[in-house]
Amino acid sequence: MRTKSPLCTIISEAAMSLIVDSIVKNFGEFGALKGVSFTAPQGAFVSLLGPSGSGKTTLLRVLGGLEFSDQGSVHFADLNWLAVPARARRAGFVFQHYALFRHMTVEKNVAFGLSVKPRRERPSRSEIRRRVEELLALVQLEGLGDRYPSQLSGGQRQRVALARALAIGPRMLLLDEPFGALDAKVRKELRGWLRLLHEKLGLTTVFVTHDQDEAFELADLVAIMNGGRIEQYGSPKDIRQSPRTSFVDEFVEVRSA
Amino acid sequence: MSIAAAPSLVRWRNPSALPGFGLTFGFALFYLSLIVLIPIAALVIRPWEIGWSGFWAVLADTRVQHALQLSFGASLIAVVINTVFGLIIAWVLVRYRFPGRRVLDALVDLPFALPTAVAGIALSALYARNGWMGQPLQQLGITVAYTPLGVVMALTFIGLPFVVRTLQPVLVELNGEAEEAAATLGATRFQSIRRVILPMLAPALLTGAALAFARAVGEYGSVIFIAGNLPHVSEIAPLLIIIKLNENDTAGAAAIGVIMLALSFVMLLMLNLLQVWTASRR
Amino acid sequence: MRTMRARAPTEDHPLFRWGLSLLAILFIASFLILPLVTVFQEALGGGFDAAWAVIREPDTLSAIRLTLITAAIAVPLNAAFGIAASWAISKFDFPGKGFLVTLIDLPFSVSPVVSGLIYVLVFGLQGWFGETLREHGIRIIFALPGIILATIFVSFPFVARELIPLMNDQGRDDEEAAVSLGASGWSTFRLVTLPNIKWGLLYGVLLCNARAMGEFGAVSVVSGRIRGMTNTMPLHIEALYNDYQYVGAFAVASLLALLALVTLIVKSILEWRYADEIAAVHHH
Repeated sequence: MRTKSPLCTIISEAAMSLIVDSIVKNFGEFGALKGVSFTAPQGAFVSLLGPSGSGKTTLLRVLGGLEFSDQGSVHFADLNWLAVPARARRAGFVFQHYALFRHMTVEKNVAFGLSVKPRRERPSRSEIRRRVEELLALVQLEGLGDRYPSQLSGGQRQRVALARALAIGPRMLLLDEPFGALDAKVRKELRGWLRLLHEKLGLTTVFVTHDQDEAFELADLVAIMNGGRIEQYGSPKDIRQSPRTSFVDEFVEVRSA
Repeated sequence: MSIAAAPSLVRWRNPSALPGFGLTFGFALFYLSLIVLIPIAALVIRPWEIGWSGFWAVLADTRVQHALQLSFGASLIAVVINTVFGLIIAWVLVRYRFPGRRVLDALVDLPFALPTAVAGIALSALYARNGWMGQPLQQLGITVAYTPLGVVMALTFIGLPFVVRTLQPVLVELNGEAEEAAATLGATRFQSIRRVILPMLAPALLTGAALAFARAVGEYGSVIFIAGNLPHVSEIAPLLIIIKLNENDTAGAAAIGVIMLALSFVMLLMLNLLQVWTASRR
Repeated sequence: MRTMRARAPTEDHPLFRWGLSLLAILFIASFLILPLVTVFQEALGGGFDAAWAVIREPDTLSAIRLTLITAAIAVPLNAAFGIAASWAISKFDFPGKGFLVTLIDLPFSVSPVVSGLIYVLVFGLQGWFGETLREHGIRIIFALPGIILATIFVSFPFVARELIPLMNDQGRDDEEAAVSLGASGWSTFRLVTLPNIKWGLLYGVLLCNARAMGEFGAVSVVSGRIRGMTNTMPLHIEALYNDYQYVGAFAVASLLALLALVTLIVKSILEWRYADEIAAVHHH
């Protein structure tokens, strides 16, 4: 069942928006995504919120090129997004368990995306180092370039992962429950920090979470997902005030303030 | 673990709430002393019965040197082959699905389970001039049986499981997330493998190679049937030990044994250091 | 609009996949399968009856008997050691634990020939106890006791190495609970520990037995190589082979090869069918 608010119809006319249209993804018999559509303006912070098994991570991975949809299309940045292979999309992906390269220092991790560019496009070594330092400063990890991931805390590792994703100058940022493996206090800190970062950089961001507070605090637009479909899509305020289905109603029930 | 004075004495007498320490530890220690400690002590002490000069004479004997060279040299070559193919086999077994994969996987343990003498005569027959492998190789001008090349083949056989079995759990653990991350960052498949996966496999590869090497250097049964056993040419060190024993040169045999033991210890030490070093980086 | 099916980031190029798989299969076929097949092919080269005739010869039968007796003594002793050592190591804290574990791993880094040599150095005619033993008419080297000792040395780590990590993983909670409820040490072991370690124990005993029955190098050194008396099966194979009795040698070899296959099959079955149980018992 597609949910398109009037807001989205107007926005989809703007260029550089993210247009997701009827994505279907099956794993054998299991329908992980049953026709998912939504639109977001460029620079928006979209959250995919739902219980486990709702398909939100699958949708994110389709956007990142790590899964292939069976049907449907995505348009972004004037591209037939799904036709572009993962490594050419420049969709920065941040994993729940960081996926940092354990055998590389922080600096090498962050520089990775730059160092694998084809020779013509690759910046010089000093340029790479400069950019890495810039990014480490941005994520407040200056001076930790020579450490190994195992020597960092969880919160620090996730910030390295973010810096690494930002290094390639991504067109969009995809985050898969990035704070899920961290304890509550660190989660809250990073939440505020991510919001500030987003306001500074203005990147189109899609953020998967099962934590309602997180989604509502961070996102401009929230998609409530359940069983492979979007139950409701809109601003946090809209969803709280006018839940469309009983599932949404129950899901956001506890916080009515 | 350092041993302080009184506190550890208390620990010795009362190391835990559970019963049976005296019995089990005592039995284990007794068993080990009888079976391991005393005999190894004999190995370490006895070569010096012929004094330092006698020991050096053994080392200086070119026949001994050639035997050691063959044992170590052939082992090194065999280990290099095993490292390359062990990596390929482990990769295929862990990452690909095809009918019969489980059977192949079980077969990798064959060199562990098969008695060395059985492997020895089988390899000898296989690579003999009229053997299934020996014949086509002969037509290419390559003689395997009774040459150092035969020794390499035999050592390759027995060393394979060490590399594969050490690599497999590490490959299984590499669940693909690192590769996905590399791809989203713009790396080609080749770059992902070369810069992300292989370095992560390197410690396990080295460990497996070291284990295979340690086993290969001392190997006897699989090798003596296919080796020519010609002194200075195709004679392995363990055989030389037996020959010296038969000549009643007990001290000489012990001398060679001690050299081989010392080299094994060095390998074990290097292995441990390697593991400590990699553990600190992860 | 249709989406293009490209390769997932964790998939290899089909050509690469085929190439690697082919290489792997060829290598396994030529290095592992061929030798195994050779054993049976050479054994049955003169027909089944010829092979069977050699097996029924008295020298062969006594070699089989010697191998079985050696294993029957060495394996239970090694199992007892393995259980005792892993109990001591996993249930207690004491200094020198690391040294103990290294000692247990020692036979794996020692050449089989050296494994036999060390007993000759202690018990042989020129050994430390050589004179004493000769005076009392006790023969260890060149007789059954020597063979058993050497076999014990090369095969004792298997049970211990299997049980130590297993029992370390399982911790002490269950046993401490039993003791606090009043159980004696032996009852605790029998009723609480043993059921938890049974698969590991079986696995270790299996490997220990395979090694004990197949040991060649170490036994070569300590045995007198007297046919019909101090030849185990591997030594008998060597004797037949050196006598150019190839069919005979391979016939006896096939018996051991069959044992190896049975060991592999049982090992695989244990791993496949009881993987869940084994994993469950590992996570405490």
